[in-house]
Amino acid sequence: MTTEIDRQWTTRLRRRAEGKLPPEKLLPDTQPSYVSSWIYVFGVTTMAALCMVIATGCVLAIFGPQWWHTSSVGHFVNSLHLWAVEIFFFAMVIHLWGKFFMASWRGGRTLTWMTGVVTFLASIAAGFTGYASQSNFDSQWITTQAKDGINASGAGSFFNVLNLGQMLMWHIVLLPLVAVLLTVLHVLMVRVKGVVPPFSDETTEVAR
Amino acid sequence: MHWFNTVGALINLDHPGHFLHWHFIEVSVANAVVMIVMVATFVVALLAPFPGRRSRKENR
Repeated sequence: MTTEIDRQWTTRLRRRAEGKLPPEKLLPDTQPSYVSSWIYVFGVTTMAALCMVIATGCVLAIFGPQWWHTSSVGHFVNSLHLWAVEIFFFAMVIHLWGKFFMASWRGGRTLTWMTGVVTFLASIAAGFTGYASQSNFDSQWITTQAKDGINASGAGSFFNVLNLGQMLMWHIVLLPLVAVLLTVLHVLMVRVKGVVPPFSDETTEVAR
Repeated sequence: MHWFNTVGALINLDHPGHFLHWHFIEVSVANAVVMIVMVATFVVALLAPFPGRRSRKENR
């Protein structure tokens, strides 16, 4: 017999979450033996770089453009932000190649793959709006070159690359929010479905 | 001179970029180097032995 407590949305949500992702699956003690390969380290490298991007971005947001353009420490933090982004994309693309050639959408992992794809696209947009938000001659050059392409796509009606305020807001609010939320969802999906096995081990995979 | 000025002086970046042209493909040398390093890293990641990894025979 279902009680009133059983019907509460909080109860139903908690039971569903516990069923899908019990604590030992969320933070496992061990991993399958096939994970001990260098090709599996690029996902976590990407996340480490993302943490660095967010942290340095917060410091840049606190002190502002005057600081990052004129002071030595500002230049240094600005460079950390740039190089963290370089490592982020470097690792993410190698992670993408590895997972593509493993066909890592196998075994009901479609949502894991698709959240990765959309995170990649959102990251490209975040990178572009970052270049557009530098507030220097480089960003002026990039935005004036990009505006025709964006306008030709039709997106220029609501996405004006020459509007520094709009580009900055997309860069520091909307796109980081999307990228971080999708990354969290992506990692949770990896934990729910497990790391994709190599083709040779597929037959031994336990149904999850 | 600060240490970062010394490091910066090792490679002179104060000049226009160099570009490679091949038919309609145009890519800066800097980007081409990054792409080559990425492919090399990918190949090394597939082939290099992982520390502490046991052989497949031992795993079974």
